[in-house]
Amino acid sequence: DKVLTDAESYKQLLAKCYAGLILGGQNGVDDNQDIGSINGSFSSYLRLLWNHQELPTDEAICAWNDGNLRDLHDQDWDNNNEFVTAMYYRINLEIAYCNNLIQLTEGKSEFDAFRNEARVLRALSYYHMLDMFGRGPFVTEKDRIGSFFFPEMATQQQLFDYVETELTTIENDLMDPGTNEYGRADKGLAWAILAKMYLNAEVYINTPKYTEAITYSNKIIDSYSLEADYENLFLADNHLRTNEIIFPITSDGNNTQTWGGMTFIIHSTVGGDMPASESGIDGGWGGNRTTSAFVNLFPDVTGTDARGLFFTEGQNLEIGDIFNFRDGYALRKFRNITSTGAVGSNLSFPDTDFPLYRLADFYLVYAEAVLRGGTGGTTSAAVDYINELRERAYGDTSGNITEGDLNLDFILDERGRELYWECHRRTDLIRFEKLTGGTYNWPWKGAVAGGTSTDAKYNVFPIPSSDINANPNLSNISGY
Amino acid sequence: QEKAVSGTVTDANDGMGIPGVSVVVKGTTVGTTTDIDGKYMLNVDANSTLVYSFVGYKTQEILVGEQSQINVVLGVETENLSEVVVIGYGQVRKDDATGAVFSVNSDDFNQGSTSSPQDLIVGKVAGVQIVSDGGAPGSASTIRIRGGSSMTASNDPLIVIDGMPLDNRGIDGMSNVLSSLNPNDIETFTVLKDASATAIYGSRASNGVILITTKKGKAGQNLQITYDNKFSIGKIKETIDVLNADQYRALVNERALTNSSVNPDLLGNASTDWQDEIYRNASGHEHNLSVSGSYKSIPFRVSVGYTDQNGILQTSEMQRTTGTLNLNPKFFDDHLKINAGLKYMSIDNRFADKGAIGSALRFDPTKPVFNNTGIYGGYTTWLMSDGSRNVNATRNPVAQLQQRRDESDVSRYIADFQADYKLHFFPDLQASVKLGYDYSDSKGFTITDGEASWVRGTQDVIERNYTQEKKNKLLDLYLTYNKDLPSINSKIDVMAGYEWQEFWARSGGIEDLTDDTNRVDPIREPQNNLISYFGRVNYNFMDKYILTATVRRDGSSRFHEDNRWGTFPSAAFAWRMSEEEFIKNIEAISSIKVRLGYGVTGQQDISENDFPYLGVYQISDSQTRYQFGGQYYNLIRPNGYDEAIKWEETTTYNAGIDFGFFNNRINGTIDVYKRKTKDLLNRIPVPAGTNFTDLLTTNVGNLENNGFEFSINGIAINKDDLFWEVGFNLAYNKNEVTRLTNYDDPNYRGIDVGGISGVGVGNTIQKNAVGHALNTFYVYEQVYDANGKPIEGLYVDRNNDGQINSDDRYYAEDPAQDYNMGFSSYLKYKDFDFGFNGRIGIGGQIYNNVIVGGRYQEMTVNEYLTNLPTEINKSQFETAQQYSDYFLEDASFLRIDNITLGYNFTKLLKPLLGFDINARAYASVQNAFVITDYSGLDPEVNGGIDNDVYPRPRTFLFGLNLKF
Repeated sequence: DKVLTDAESYKQLLAKCYAGLILGGQNGVDDNQDIGSINGSFSSYLRLLWNHQELPTDEAICAWNDGNLRDLHDQDWDNNNEFVTAMYYRINLEIAYCNNLIQLTEGKSEFDAFRNEARVLRALSYYHMLDMFGRGPFVTEKDRIGSFFFPEMATQQQLFDYVETELTTIENDLMDPGTNEYGRADKGLAWAILAKMYLNAEVYINTPKYTEAITYSNKIIDSYSLEADYENLFLADNHLRTNEIIFPITSDGNNTQTWGGMTFIIHSTVGGDMPASESGIDGGWGGNRTTSAFVNLFPDVTGTDARGLFFTEGQNLEIGDIFNFRDGYALRKFRNITSTGAVGSNLSFPDTDFPLYRLADFYLVYAEAVLRGGTGGTTSAAVDYINELRERAYGDTSGNITEGDLNLDFILDERGRELYWECHRRTDLIRFEKLTGGTYNWPWKGAVAGGTSTDAKYNVFPIPSSDINANPNLSNISGY
Repeated sequence: QEKAVSGTVTDANDGMGIPGVSVVVKGTTVGTTTDIDGKYMLNVDANSTLVYSFVGYKTQEILVGEQSQINVVLGVETENLSEVVVIGYGQVRKDDATGAVFSVNSDDFNQGSTSSPQDLIVGKVAGVQIVSDGGAPGSASTIRIRGGSSMTASNDPLIVIDGMPLDNRGIDGMSNVLSSLNPNDIETFTVLKDASATAIYGSRASNGVILITTKKGKAGQNLQITYDNKFSIGKIKETIDVLNADQYRALVNERALTNSSVNPDLLGNASTDWQDEIYRNASGHEHNLSVSGSYKSIPFRVSVGYTDQNGILQTSEMQRTTGTLNLNPKFFDDHLKINAGLKYMSIDNRFADKGAIGSALRFDPTKPVFNNTGIYGGYTTWLMSDGSRNVNATRNPVAQLQQRRDESDVSRYIADFQADYKLHFFPDLQASVKLGYDYSDSKGFTITDGEASWVRGTQDVIERNYTQEKKNKLLDLYLTYNKDLPSINSKIDVMAGYEWQEFWARSGGIEDLTDDTNRVDPIREPQNNLISYFGRVNYNFMDKYILTATVRRDGSSRFHEDNRWGTFPSAAFAWRMSEEEFIKNIEAISSIKVRLGYGVTGQQDISENDFPYLGVYQISDSQTRYQFGGQYYNLIRPNGYDEAIKWEETTTYNAGIDFGFFNNRINGTIDVYKRKTKDLLNRIPVPAGTNFTDLLTTNVGNLENNGFEFSINGIAINKDDLFWEVGFNLAYNKNEVTRLTNYDDPNYRGIDVGGISGVGVGNTIQKNAVGHALNTFYVYEQVYDANGKPIEGLYVDRNNDGQINSDDRYYAEDPAQDYNMGFSSYLKYKDFDFGFNGRIGIGGQIYNNVIVGGRYQEMTVNEYLTNLPTEINKSQFETAQQYSDYFLEDASFLRIDNITLGYNFTKLLKPLLGFDINARAYASVQNAFVITDYSGLDPEVNGGIDNDVYPRPRTFLFGLNLKF
């Protein structure tokens, strides 16, 4: 072990586990790619996660005709879809990177911290596997990498149990919130994954776990505080917002260059007449904007609710042509500009970090879990938390709600307003049974301009046919 | 009774004396050789017969009798092949060759070809396909012998230059490994096709072997100076039909009426043919000078060459300087033979950005090249409404060429030294030592003009430098034992040897880490070794039955200890039927030989990775780091690997007949073969989670190639003033994947290959699938309306399940032609000569990726206009239909590669100069024309996906050849 002799090299190995969440390869830019089956920048974990959580929903629609990208919004993907395939392999590759570090540090107590963080990151990816695919190959540090073997398939229950056990086992060994180096995981990330998983437990394992969701939301609520200005959370200096942001995926104009990650999120959402310079970039890619269904969640598009960062000039509310960026209102949420107005260090690659989890989410998790019957919280506290979010959004109490206003539909809408484009929407719509089926239709859902009912199988993505063929232990739910 | 006999041996062609002709008394070893003027003198018995022989000439026998002055005129061997053919680690009389071996020597090379050696034998050898990668100066060619035997590993043949096997992996900054040789210095190409001939090269021989020998001086030869020069002018043959400015304006205005996303305000007033703007007439010139002869009994040849070639795509150019020196003296009564050679090459390339070819099809024809706004170097550039440049838009193709410099400077030396020593005390045994050294040094850079529209801010790298140094070393030691055993009517020839090769490279900018047990250790300088033991036995009984057996054992450091060694045997049998009494008497038949061969070869060339069995840790570069706290950390990534990876193995069976009729005026060869490859090196999806990658190269799958070959050459007319020779060859090859996965899955549809572009990323159009040929197209079957117009999005429901989805895609054909033919004709009338050669390919499909992206929807995406090919008027596709078989076309073609007309004005010069100068002037057309149904530019595209290939120019060439 000539290279892995010092703490530094283990830290670089750990850095890969983190960078695996955003970069496409080992050389700039997305070159020497990690995944062979798709272009390096498309294989960025964050870019794929964004596409999978946002495009199948009312929050986003893309003007590009890359391969079968369109199928994500149409909700008619199949088990050969290259983007679904890439998401699947990216999750499994991330797990393999973490398994490797966990195995290498076995019995080396000086690297316990690295080991525990790798276990959290692995749990995060297994959580994504659970949430998006509902099943998948199960591999841990005990398996031997580099030899061909066929991993067993873990069910939803097994994945749920594994993530729960892992996170509750190491929870207390992690650093306290905000005490680790910026960018690295602490207790907050473990709590956040657990709280989200418990909130969705009914979907995953048919067993409600709302009390547990409240328990872990409370841990988060006790440790973080809301940032005063909503917009600051999405700007080039949002690394300063550790009061609210629990876990960022970091990005840097000169050191963390990718065409995926934040580069994609910011560039793809700029187009039409929206001046690129005001987003701190050198030009938009004219891809992602939103549907009228999402616009209708807001009182107006002029910023009464300041979270609605719409750009409407030269844009049409309704989408006649999916491939015309000007059809559908644009949103300018993420920008490569600092809170003081300075432009990021590089016009192509933003400095803006991605807030994977932040406090506001858990105010809403708390409220929803209380409404769904969890114990350990109160409705009045739930209303207070939501009003904290709304006061920040409205600048005053004019948008505040009362207990009478609080119901599940309100929560879903509020989650949309607060957390749009932060990779939560697909999971949320499934929990409310609105992603598939016909109870809620938005423009171009089911590939029809007005939106139409879709098959329930689209609540999960299929295991790609390439892995079904490579591993006889795997199978898909019927319909795929 | 002995008496003195003397005389002169002259060349039937030019009447000049031939030095070095062997004059031997038949049945003895008594004899002499002719001097530099072709004169000889010898004391012989009147009853004896003298045998006059010289390589390349017909041997003559003359009874001395009363004569004391015997002048002999030797005619050139009419048979195409010289008597001796080069094989691995030795040579063999052509009559005794047992394998499928075909050689082409310099007399038969394609004429007028310029820069690249492989052009010399295009279409000359049945079963050898040579397709250039494009029309750029010095561009490489893909050479396939009997189809490919591999999926992921290299399918390139092993190339051996003067006994030195080359490293097929490329040299940075140089597109063609072979272009380090000047075609003028090449004496012969010998293609070893079947495994009985190639197995002696073991683990690198699965794709055949090409042996190249360079020209050498001859003992006792007069000083000979040759000078060649060529001037050429290359023109583009045709361009892709795209809408012109007026047509495009009309279309944009028309569609804007019904489509909100089409914005006619973006149109300009100019009328630009962008393809005209990027192509030019390309000039080139070439000079070669060589001197050969014998200095103090040391035969030598020196040559220098210079080539300066522009490409038809603006800014592309190449300059090459070559030099060679060959010495091949003999010492101690010919007991010690030395062959020493030095080849030098220096090449300066400027590569044009080939992206301009695609941009020229798409850039709005209503815009001028320059808009003189003072920004972006004045080149017209698409802007956003806020005045910033549109980063999505098509780049100005002229700017792409002019605002970027991509240059390289490569020098290479190949030195080889061989000593063959026949033991004084035991002359049947010969010991040979060969040393070889192949060194290359590359430097290159790309500089982008800071003003270029695609340069993004000051942080961007607009200059990139790279260096690469490669050293390959070779040591061969072998013993040859040669014995006639007349008592049992046998000849035996045994060879055994050892070879050591080292491949070392150092390239700038890449930081790699690995280790010896399983992980870690820097390999900025990848190095691997190949150690081999080999042997051959040749047994000849009665000059009729010949048996050859070879074996090679190779050890490569690229594989794990457990898989490091491989053994590659072969056996072949030849029956010289024409030596049998019942055929000997048939006047018309000069020779018939039947051959049977079997052999096993390997393939180890996994170009992507030097040590595919090792878990390697790789560190990232400075753009690829991650933030912890206030610091950025480089990343260490474990790379995917397969511990158990090993050679792939090909078993070949071959049967053939060589024949010659009418004193070998007609001769030819027929071969049939079957090649089975197992443990294919194959890049397949690994079970997710089990490795540090999703796709990994490993040994899985079987492949079969079956084919036959036929070639014939004949001299149709052979009169004093008129000579006409024609040649034809035909090859059929079909391959089929017979196994692909580790377990049986009847539903498995195969591995995606054949990436296409123009419609976003990540699309593939081919599959490797069981029961189909490699790279078989996998497409939907288009449905057409009554007028033959494709109905957009409507495909045949091939599985009849009532819906159209990816299960309805079907396996179409593969890109490889089923039949490949080559033909040539050479006619000489008095001092004029006229020749042409061409090829026919039948079968195979080509995917026209050039037009796939051109559909209405693409016209105004993202605030800029995109031009469309005129094909749009036919298909009228709104959106991309890239998986439709509408874009698949028949790739059959007939091509005339070359037409040459020459005139020899030696006789005109002689009275003027008073001495002999052999002088010939000629004019030729390269790539004269192609007849094909394919609607794109050129049906010959490697891999069958036509996508903005650098067009091959039609080149007019004028040359002068002087010999004195």
